[in-house]
Amino acid sequence: MTKFDFYFCAILIIFLGACSQNASTPFSTNGALNSSSAKFEGDASDPGSIAFFKNSVGDRVLFSIDQSDIDQSGKNILLAQVDWLLANSDYKIIIEGHADERGTREYNLALGARRANSAREFLISRGIESSRIQTVSFGKERPVELCSNENCYSENRRAVSVVSNLNF
Amino acid sequence: MKKLLVIIFICLSTSLQSAPLRITITEGVIEPLPYAAPAFIGETGASNDLAFQITELIKSDLLGTGLFREVPKSSYVSSIDNFTSTIQYSDWKAINVQALLTGSVLVSGEKLSVKFRLFDVFSNNELGKGLQFNSTKQGWRRIAHKVADEVYSRITGEQGYFDSRVVYVAETGPKGSRKKRLAIMDFDGANSKYLTDGSYIVLAPRFSPTGERVLYTSYETGTPQIYVIEVATAKRTVLKNRKGTMSFAPRFSPDGQSVVYSLEQGGNTDIYVMNLRNSSRARLTSAPSIETAPSFSPDGSKIVFESDRSGAQQLYVMSALGGSAKRISSGDGRYGTPVWSPRGDRIAFTKQSRGRFHIGVMRIDGSKERLLTASFLDEGPTWSPNGRVIMFTRETQGERGVSALYSVDISGRNLKKVITRDGGSDPSWSPIGK
Repeated sequence: MTKFDFYFCAILIIFLGACSQNASTPFSTNGALNSSSAKFEGDASDPGSIAFFKNSVGDRVLFSIDQSDIDQSGKNILLAQVDWLLANSDYKIIIEGHADERGTREYNLALGARRANSAREFLISRGIESSRIQTVSFGKERPVELCSNENCYSENRRAVSVVSNLNF
Repeated sequence: MKKLLVIIFICLSTSLQSAPLRITITEGVIEPLPYAAPAFIGETGASNDLAFQITELIKSDLLGTGLFREVPKSSYVSSIDNFTSTIQYSDWKAINVQALLTGSVLVSGEKLSVKFRLFDVFSNNELGKGLQFNSTKQGWRRIAHKVADEVYSRITGEQGYFDSRVVYVAETGPKGSRKKRLAIMDFDGANSKYLTDGSYIVLAPRFSPTGERVLYTSYETGTPQIYVIEVATAKRTVLKNRKGTMSFAPRFSPDGQSVVYSLEQGGNTDIYVMNLRNSSRARLTSAPSIETAPSFSPDGSKIVFESDRSGAQQLYVMSALGGSAKRISSGDGRYGTPVWSPRGDRIAFTKQSRGRFHIGVMRIDGSKERLLTASFLDEGPTWSPNGRVIMFTRETQGERGVSALYSVDISGRNLKKVITRDGGSDPSWSPIGK
């Protein structure tokens, strides 16, 4: 089993264990790889915890319609992620790219991948090792907001950094 | 010239009632053809129930096309009590029945035998020869569909599509965490069964040309990869691609030997083709833009796909070997999910324009664009095996939004919901008889 396979299996197992309790987590991405077991994420007041990463550092950047460019507020969040990842070198991330529902399925998968990759390239350009960052796109399959207007769409056009610790 | 003749046929059949019985499926409004189908005769007491059910299913298939209108039993002047007796054409003319379908059903043990005859009432003639179908009792729905296909074919001159299946994604659960399972059913929603268990997302299944295998995209390993599944056994195999890449949007080549699909690497999505026998792979596009949703022409020589190389999604056609591509879509808005028709003469697509989604068809050079539907979200057309009907996904808006399958004639007529057990999306229509 390669390290990569092991990583996916570990996350999947954690997800399966956590899926019954993640509905009320405010930053849940609903992605299949998302894990949000409170136990696994640690104490939000601990700056080295996944909970801290999600709540205080910021785990996601948002995009304009059809775009994958990262704006200034997105850059600020990614810079904070860089600091956190540099300080917590045991962690790897998967960046999940998403699109709003106003597009066709295949295109949105490709667009989500573009967004995830945009965030990945930014993190790499600021010194994070590329081997620590995987990407996946969910297209429009996993909206975090469910209404059908721009208020929700803008939250769904996102790239979410999902952290995991391989050494747990 | 053929088309002209056919048009003349309609004019004649509406003005001169002695002309040959023929419905021609054109783009105009069609007056449904009045027909009668007295309950098929049960040849034994034990055959009566199934005879009734078979007749009802044949009528349901025919009525579902929007091309036929049933003349009710209450207006019959004479009855059909014997499958072989002579038809009193005048009795059926009197109630303006143009096509008369009669049949008989014999159940013996587990065996089923169904005979039928079709009559062109105003020509005083039998239309085609009587036919007999044999199967097991369990196969009765399929036999009824085959009879309906024959009737449809004799009257329209087109191949039928009732003896066919649809593979699709069955959807359950809330919008934010939808459970998606691969499912297969008869075209009318009967005999539905799941092919995957819903523990991972599956997308966009596509039938092989023989209907025995289905390609689909799955998150089984966490990242989208293409699988091929045997319909009969549900045995599935992954199409291996490089690690760290995402592959999706697969379709078979017309000979079933290769798969065209999209592969994403480093944020860029291009089109590739994989030979299934030796797993060799060729890259067909190399652009920084998104190239996806490829579909072969039925002769295998060309591929239509979507790309945002111009700044927004548009449709392009290229050689099946790759190389330069010609843009074919030219109207307002964005065009995606192109699918080549089984006859090779048209391309069905999804169009987004002014906040609405449409299913449309165009000629393969992009001319004669016609939008068939409009809603909050219509997408992902699939052609009926005879190229006359399109099935697609329609999703309603809001937190309680759901996906369902719909079908529409390529004339834009006869829009209706397809019956499915759960919500449904991403239909793919099988070849006839599969």
